[in-house]
Amino acid sequence: MKLKPIFAAISIATFSSGLLAADMAKEMTIVSWGGAYSNSQIKAYHEPYMAANPGFKIINDESSNEAVAKLRAMAEAKNITWDLVDVEGPDSQRLCDEGLAMEIDFDKDLAPGTDGSTPTKDFGDSLINKCFIPQIVFSTTFGYRTDVPEWNGKKPEDLCAVFDTTTFPGKRSLEKRPKKNLEWALLCDGVEKEKLYEVLSTPEGVDKALAKLDTIKKDVIWWSAGAETPQRLADKEVVIGSTYNGRLFDVIEEKKQPVAMLWDYQIFDFDGWVVPANLPEDRKARVMDFLKVSTDTQRLADQAKYISYGPARASSQPLVGKHAVLGIEMAPHMPSNPANAKRFLVNNIEWWSNNEDEMNKKFEAWLAK
Amino acid sequence: MEQIQTLNGVPLKKQIARALFKQKMRALLLIAPLLIFILITFVIPITDMLLRSIDNSIVSETLPQTTTSLETWDPKSAQLPDEATYTTLYNDLKQAVEQKNHTKLGTRLNYENSGMSSLFRKVGKDVSKMQASLSYKEQFLAADKAWGDLKTWNLLKLYSPEYTNGYFLAALDMKKTPDGIERLPESDRIYLNLFARTIFMSIVITALCLLLGYPIAWLLANLPMRTSNLLMILVLLPFWTSLLVRTSAWKVLLQQQGVINDILVWLGMISHAGRLELINNQLGTLIAMTHILLPFMILPLYSVMRTIPPSYMRAAKSLGATDWTAFWRVYFPQTIAGIGAGAILTFILAIGYYITPELVGGTQGTFISNRIAYHISSSLNWGMAAALGTILLTLVLVLYWVYDRIVGIDKVKLG
Repeated sequence: MKLKPIFAAISIATFSSGLLAADMAKEMTIVSWGGAYSNSQIKAYHEPYMAANPGFKIINDESSNEAVAKLRAMAEAKNITWDLVDVEGPDSQRLCDEGLAMEIDFDKDLAPGTDGSTPTKDFGDSLINKCFIPQIVFSTTFGYRTDVPEWNGKKPEDLCAVFDTTTFPGKRSLEKRPKKNLEWALLCDGVEKEKLYEVLSTPEGVDKALAKLDTIKKDVIWWSAGAETPQRLADKEVVIGSTYNGRLFDVIEEKKQPVAMLWDYQIFDFDGWVVPANLPEDRKARVMDFLKVSTDTQRLADQAKYISYGPARASSQPLVGKHAVLGIEMAPHMPSNPANAKRFLVNNIEWWSNNEDEMNKKFEAWLAK
Repeated sequence: MEQIQTLNGVPLKKQIARALFKQKMRALLLIAPLLIFILITFVIPITDMLLRSIDNSIVSETLPQTTTSLETWDPKSAQLPDEATYTTLYNDLKQAVEQKNHTKLGTRLNYENSGMSSLFRKVGKDVSKMQASLSYKEQFLAADKAWGDLKTWNLLKLYSPEYTNGYFLAALDMKKTPDGIERLPESDRIYLNLFARTIFMSIVITALCLLLGYPIAWLLANLPMRTSNLLMILVLLPFWTSLLVRTSAWKVLLQQQGVINDILVWLGMISHAGRLELINNQLGTLIAMTHILLPFMILPLYSVMRTIPPSYMRAAKSLGATDWTAFWRVYFPQTIAGIGAGAILTFILAIGYYITPELVGGTQGTFISNRIAYHISSSLNWGMAAALGTILLTLVLVLYWVYDRIVGIDKVKLG
């Protein structure tokens, strides 16, 4: 019979896929940041994956901002309910150090780039530790209002405009933590980029940075959530402020507020996945399968259609297209775009993992003064 | 004397005791579900958390041999430990690297001394390269100069014991050194100041709640039913609204380009340049928290005031008291129980708040709870969070005891 081989093929296919499906969990819980960011992941990763795997379900949890503490509590209770967690680079370092995140064999567990490069090469510098699978590059940078009458038509052109209250009077919005602020203060106090952490490692260097921040302290409103600066800019509460570049994109392009980007000395950071340590085999198999698909070249490029954060793979860069709703070209809005990245810093995770506690103490004491 | 006996010959005392025991057991059984629930969900986790403030077993568990051999090492000798200690360090670390515990220890020690985190992260690679044929001491010194620094060894020795007072000292802006306990330099002191601020502001918030709540509770208790019901809804509506919504509403009202400033500018009471700073400082915290905690003052006051018969005031006045005397001598003393309940409820809630101070407090209006939250969720220094929490809990208990002395807790009533 002619049909026989086809039947055989189908039955083998079903059998083998049935075997695979039996090895993998039927649902998984993915933890992320919520809002526009989660949405971009759902559109670019979750929906295509679920379409390709009928009967499989993804549960979305929005607790990334407390992921580190919760993962630790789960590990202590020996009841890990999360399968994949989206965290920022420094948090992944902490989770990896604490043994709370699984180590990844990048070249084996991830897909090679479409240009044939190995994952290790394709992701390059964004592979900051053994547990972290990067998705995007984002940056912390400044946005300013373009309609401040007191500025007499002048526009901030470099980072130091933030510290120049005579030319650019008005309130500033800065993050309520030492990280990034100390670096910016030193850069505007004449310290070279290469010497930054050498200077910061001395008590005098920290005093110097705080003294520079002292000059604008009375003009600063501090933020602790990324949404605060855009809101304050829109409310005219502040004239200039730091936040994540995607938030500013939202205010400028989607909400059409008179705000512009000041890309000078933006600080790059990576955001990506970690897999909780000690997952049961079936769940682990599912997570690794999902990871391989959702961090390939095309998927990472797709995410940029929904949010203005750059893909972490080099091979994804040329594939970045237009915004899915606004229809504007996304490449000029990427932090990594050469025009935006003339001068920049990269979050120094190693230095901060050593010094954050101490800097925090000094910074809090300075704030309370 | 002959013992009194029951009809069946058992001494009466025994029989009564038996009956009472049965009753007690029955009562215990009735409350058992609640008791077990509280024990499992409340007492055990809290005790477990509080014990973290002194737990330091990670050092001796990760480096068991090293901590033992360090016992004989004298930090005052200003000499590095001997070859034998370095060998034990190698053995311990080799084991730790296999179990991937070395980075955990690095994180722990980094709380005390910046730089330990990467030293221990790096040591994983260093240890795998070391050879038994060479001196371990020299190999460690070659791997990282921190292993030849007395500071590293002092730290290991200071934190060798299974229990430590290090977290508590840090929570009181102090530090362990080989020469004893020292206060931190002024630029590093934060916690004592924060504790003082938390208590001071909680007292002010409680006082403001009482000042604003007392007349409202009086109106609620004395107006005709129809109006007082309407007023009650006005008190309860914000109470049922989400905390974040209420806090955000205050932001909209109080910010410099906000509603209140806009109205004042429009009325010409302040100039455009002289807009008031009503938020992101202590004032912001005071206003927002007073509003949020007001119902906790009003409701106990109201329930006590409702039980005071109006005839007492009428009687006082008919006997010749002025309005003020009648209020102060007759009405007010009867409301003390409500004030007591409301004040302690408001104060204890205020002292532990952190969301509202974080959102509207700026730099001067944050509480100690904000630091606790930081250590729990961000720095993962749970020992420190536990120490701060224990101090806060002790402070509340002490204040409660003082309160009991002054007001008398048996006088407190909720209606």
